[in-house]
Amino acid sequence: MVQPGHIRGAWTLGLPRFNKPLAAQVPLFSAHVQVSLRSSVLDPAGEATRAAAARLGVDGIKTLRIGKSIHLELEASDRATAQAQIELLSDRLLANPVIEDWSLELAETHGGPQA
Amino acid sequence: MTVGIVVFPGSNCDRDVRWALEGCLHLSTRFLWHEERDLGGIDAVVLPGGFSYGDYLRCGAIARFAPVLEAVRDFADGGGPVLGICNGFQVLTEMGLLPGALTRNQKLHFLCEPAPLEVRPGTCQWLKSYGEGEAINLPIAHGEGRYQCDADQLQQLEGEGRVVLRYGQNPNGSVGDVAGLTNPAGNVLGLMPHPERACDPATGGTDGLRLLASVLA
Repeated sequence: MVQPGHIRGAWTLGLPRFNKPLAAQVPLFSAHVQVSLRSSVLDPAGEATRAAAARLGVDGIKTLRIGKSIHLELEASDRATAQAQIELLSDRLLANPVIEDWSLELAETHGGPQA
Repeated sequence: MTVGIVVFPGSNCDRDVRWALEGCLHLSTRFLWHEERDLGGIDAVVLPGGFSYGDYLRCGAIARFAPVLEAVRDFADGGGPVLGICNGFQVLTEMGLLPGALTRNQKLHFLCEPAPLEVRPGTCQWLKSYGEGEAINLPIAHGEGRYQCDADQLQQLEGEGRVVLRYGQNPNGSVGDVAGLTNPAGNVLGLMPHPERACDPATGGTDGLRLLASVLA
C-alpha cells in the first residue's frame, strides 16, 4: 500500500519527500538475532529450568536451553549492507563466538522510518 | 611507580585495589575513568572486579568497547603489565587479550568463599615471587567464573604453561580447573580470585600481597 511518507524512491510524490527527502529514501530493515549457547557448553540455567518443569508435572523434556532474542531495526542503503552490518554486530557484540552461536532473520519493513 | 586502576560504571573493587596498593604496599595509584585515553606515567594497569556496565549482554561485553581499553590494549601490546581481577578477567577475554570465556557457575550459586589455589608461575610477571606448585589461598566472589574453552585450546594453554593458577577444589566447573591465565608474553594476567582482598592482615590472609607487589620488582 502506498501512502505519503511511507514510500521509498526518488519518484515518490508526497509531503515527506519535500520536507525530508533523504529520510523518505533510506530503506528500513527489521532483524531478529537469536543467540544460543553452543551445544558443547553447559547451560546451568536451562538445566535448573528443566528440573523445575519436572516439578510442575511436565515430564519428558529432554533438553531445555536458554538463549537471547534480539530484535532491531536498521536503516541501510540496501539489503546486502544491512546483512553485513548485522552480521558484524552479531559476531562482535551480540554473541561471543567462543561460547555462543547466533542466527539472523532479516526483512525489509514496508513503510520507511516515520518522520 | 604508579598503578592505573580502570573504573567502569559498575566497578566495585576499584577502591579495594587502591587500598591494597596504597595502604598495604605504599604505591601510588591513579583511577582511570572508562572514557580516558591517556595512560601517560602509568607503569601497570589493573582492571578491577565488579559489574562493568551492569554486565548487560554478557560480562565484559560492553566494557570491551570502552575508550580506555584501546589505550590498555596498546599498553599490553607494548609489554606493559596488565592485571584483570574477576570482572577484569572477563573483560580481558572479551577483548581477546586472553582466550576463552567465563560463563555461569555450574551450580548457579554466587560463590563467595576462600579458594585454595595452586600456582604455576611460568613466565608470568605477576606471579614471579611465587614458587612452582606453591599452594595459596585467595577469596573468590563470582557468579560467572566457569572458565570455558574448547579442548584443543585448553591443551595448547596447558602446553604453553599459561594456566598459571588452578583451583585445588574446583568450585564453579571451570575446564581444567582454570582459575587464572597469562598471555604468551607473561605480562597480562587474568584471574577470578581476588588478590586485593588478601593483602591486609586485618581482613584475613595475605597471600595476594606478593602478586600485587610484583609490579615493584
